[in-house]
Amino acid sequence: MADKKKITQLAAGDRTIPPDGAKMIPFYLMGSEYLVPETLTIMKAVEYAGYQYIRGCGCRGGICGACATFYRFTGDYRLKAGLACQTVVGPGMIITQLPFFPANRPDYNLDNLDNTRGDLHAELRRLYPEVFKCIGCGTCTRTCPMDIDVMDYIALMKRGDLKGAAYKSFDCVMCGLCASRCPAQISQFTAAMFVRRLVGKYMLPKAGHLEKRIEEVKSGKYEKMLKKLSKMKPEELRKLYIEREREPDLAEPGVWMPEDKECL
Amino acid sequence: MSGYTGELKELIKKAEATRPHRVERARRGEHFSALTMEERERWLKRYHPDCKNEGRKKVGVGPNSGQAFPEEVSLLLESKSILDPESVILDNADYTTDVLIIGAGGAGTAAALAASENGSHVILSTKLRHGDSNTVMAEGGIQCADQECDSPYFHYLDVMGGGHFTNDPALASALTNDAPLTMGWLEELGMMFDKLPGGRMKVRHGGGTSRKRMHSAGDMAGAEIMRVLRDETRNRTNGINGIKVLEFSPAVELLTGKSGDVSGAILYNLETKEYYIVRAKAVIISTGGFGRLHIQGFPTTNHYGATADGIVIAYRAGAELRDMDSTQYHPTGAVYPEQNVGLLITEKVRGLGAQLLNVDGEEFSFALEPRDVESSCIIRECLEVQKGIPTPTGRLGVWLDSPMIDALHGEGTVRKELPAKHIQFRRYNIDISKEPLLVYPTLHYQNGGIKIGENGETAVKGLFAAGEVTGGVHGRNRLMGNSLLDVLVFGKRAGKGAAEYAKSIPGCSAPTLEHVKRFGRELKSAGVENPVTGPLLLPDYAPPHVKKRQWD
Ligand SMILES: Cc1cc2nc3c(=O)[nH]c(=O)nc-3n(C[C@H](O)[C@H](O)[C@H](O)COP(=O)(O)OP(=O)(O)OC[C@H]3O[C@@H](n4cnc5c(N)ncnc54)[C@H](O)[C@@H]3O)c2cc1C
Ligand code: SF4
Ligand code: SF4
Ligand code: FES
Repeated sequence: MADKKKITQLAAGDRTIPPDGAKMIPFYLMGSEYLVPETLTIMKAVEYAGYQYIRGCGCRGGICGACATFYRFTGDYRLKAGLACQTVVGPGMIITQLPFFPANRPDYNLDNLDNTRGDLHAELRRLYPEVFKCIGCGTCTRTCPMDIDVMDYIALMKRGDLKGAAYKSFDCVMCGLCASRCPAQISQFTAAMFVRRLVGKYMLPKAGHLEKRIEEVKSGKYEKMLKKLSKMKPEELRKLYIEREREPDLAEPGVWMPEDKECL
Repeated sequence: MSGYTGELKELIKKAEATRPHRVERARRGEHFSALTMEERERWLKRYHPDCKNEGRKKVGVGPNSGQAFPEEVSLLLESKSILDPESVILDNADYTTDVLIIGAGGAGTAAALAASENGSHVILSTKLRHGDSNTVMAEGGIQCADQECDSPYFHYLDVMGGGHFTNDPALASALTNDAPLTMGWLEELGMMFDKLPGGRMKVRHGGGTSRKRMHSAGDMAGAEIMRVLRDETRNRTNGINGIKVLEFSPAVELLTGKSGDVSGAILYNLETKEYYIVRAKAVIISTGGFGRLHIQGFPTTNHYGATADGIVIAYRAGAELRDMDSTQYHPTGAVYPEQNVGLLITEKVRGLGAQLLNVDGEEFSFALEPRDVESSCIIRECLEVQKGIPTPTGRLGVWLDSPMIDALHGEGTVRKELPAKHIQFRRYNIDISKEPLLVYPTLHYQNGGIKIGENGETAVKGLFAAGEVTGGVHGRNRLMGNSLLDVLVFGKRAGKGAAEYAKSIPGCSAPTLEHVKRFGRELKSAGVENPVTGPLLLPDYAPPHVKKRQWD
């Protein structure tokens, strides 16, 4: 640490660089033993063992849900779940990935809810009747790698609090782990996707300023301004760029107005 | 357990010591002065990785022959086909469609919906699952000039200034003019934007913006956009304008007609190892960026499939590229803990007030410089000023002082505004609302790409492109929030353009691989010895001790 020599070269790349003196631990990939440095994620440990992913790996950043994984530790009865790209390996960890799980997802037309005359909760009942058969076992909540209270968003759906369910399920990465463990055979995450879109379209208030701006764009208001800018010499454009006013950081949205209102 | 090591904890104390004073100043609206335009240019020239000459290589063949690109890119542009074009029999097509779209991220999916709406049957082929892409990873948000104090005019100025005025003006105009239409479209599709109770969009600043126009959906704007678009695609699989999705089936080559126009592609089923012939009247390439080429050894924020495939196959068919020597390094990639290396720390963290600090806990730059400038500032502080913070695994970084956010906006703001980041570090016992993050620039975005017109058309007839795979919209530097916008605006435009083109031609021309044969001959006459095989499709992260035993 106190090393004073000038650093010019950086350790880089994506291939794992085990920290100095990393301890090697046994790790069981679908039953086969491999020795891997501790502190790796499951995903990097699998690659360290020599596998090249086709399925089961997407974003590598905990957001796409491609890398759902179940694991146990030898000598421990408890079953755990996580995302392979986000979960750190431990000694004696036994894993299997679940790169795909069949889910129920009925088609629908978001613009046409005539079947239920626009009653959103009735629409949910029509498409996902199984949601109402949740027995409240809580397995989904215990399984969710995003720490979402899945059981609770299902309960909110049952109760008709769709907005609540939409927000509660918002962090869902659609990995399917909850559905794989549900004794009531519910595909929680597809139902939640449906509910979020209902809420986004029908329950959140529309952005009035956006609506107005869309009208202005459609009227062709900005085309002339943009054409003029497009034709400008770089010096002129640069001048406009440097002189443009900056909305203050702490201004409330929709309150501040610039001096130069000509091109709004 | 892990968290920060003892040494790092000691260093954090220095940042804590200067924090109260920095927070005071930030409250008064005072900040480290931004660089002047001249300083910006000087800093970029001296410290930006793009400006290093080592690691570059001239391309010997194709439309950009003679231009120098990062070696990793040039080698792939000069690669030979996976297939032997002489022996492939193209008589029977496995699929026939109006519009074939290659790559199902944001751009490809928007294009599929638009092409379908314009009457085309669509095949959407993709390498991983539908939506496993860079799009799903975008956290910070999407730009759109919809506030009263803003307009496409100012958005345009910011886009051009951010790109150092190297952008294609027509593309920047289309981008900023279509932005409100695109946002309205997303709202109609049921996307849950962050809104104030009356419906007004929550907006923030981003690096290089003059008005607050960054729209968000928690800290997962891209994931929300992607899952909404994908969900809508699934509702539209049937009918003559249905969308058929083929997953784990990357394109490995385009097909061309006698006159060089594109008439389909060859897909490769990664699992069964079969090749499929798809005949199409028009093809859209939307395969995204090249982060997984790890240019100059940098870690990357990109998803697993970001391997420049689209560029490689389009180049063989004659599509011209631009700005391929320009790469965006995101200033703030995590360098600690090792498990999070390369992980993007969204610009939102700085937008909310977190500052960048050196080993002494001092500010050394304005935190909201354009990305390339900010990256240069960090590289300079670490390598030139030598005030970086060394990690136990031999990396260097600077502090990103996230605890400032709660200090400025109230307890709990970090958890509320950055839930995913909070979780990702809590896993390693780091509470980013109380301890700062260690960051260094990471390979983030492909600035250049296939040259397109306003409707995604390329130099090759029948071939369209949209999204990160294209160049020109952002010039040589992109501002945060303009890429999600880009992929949707030009995805939709290309979808419509391709559908109209498909309608305008009687049928697809008989498919050949003539362009691949010709390219092979060019490689030979240019003296390219032992070209690698491309496209790359998947990166290989097996460690050296394994590679040594993989005998074939
Ligand atoms: C971590 C991160 C954060 C970001 N944050 C923001 C942000 O806040 N705001 C913003 O505006 N932008 C952001 N960006 C940039 C933005 O997300 C991307 O530039 C944009 O989404 C690219 O979209 P795309 O559709 O062009 O490519 P992608 O979304 O990457 O989609 C390309 C698809 O094509 C597939 N593919 C690749 N090769 C082939 C092949 N041979 N055949 C078939 N399919 C193939 C890929 O697997 C992928 O699914 C971020 C990017 C990253 C990585
Ligand atoms: S709710 Fe279900 S699908 Fe969504 S992240 Fe949690 S376990 Fe995965
Ligand atoms: S696992 Fe199924 S039954 Fe159990 S609480 Fe969750 S949704 Fe209900
Ligand atoms: S690979 Fe995307 S969540 Fe793990």
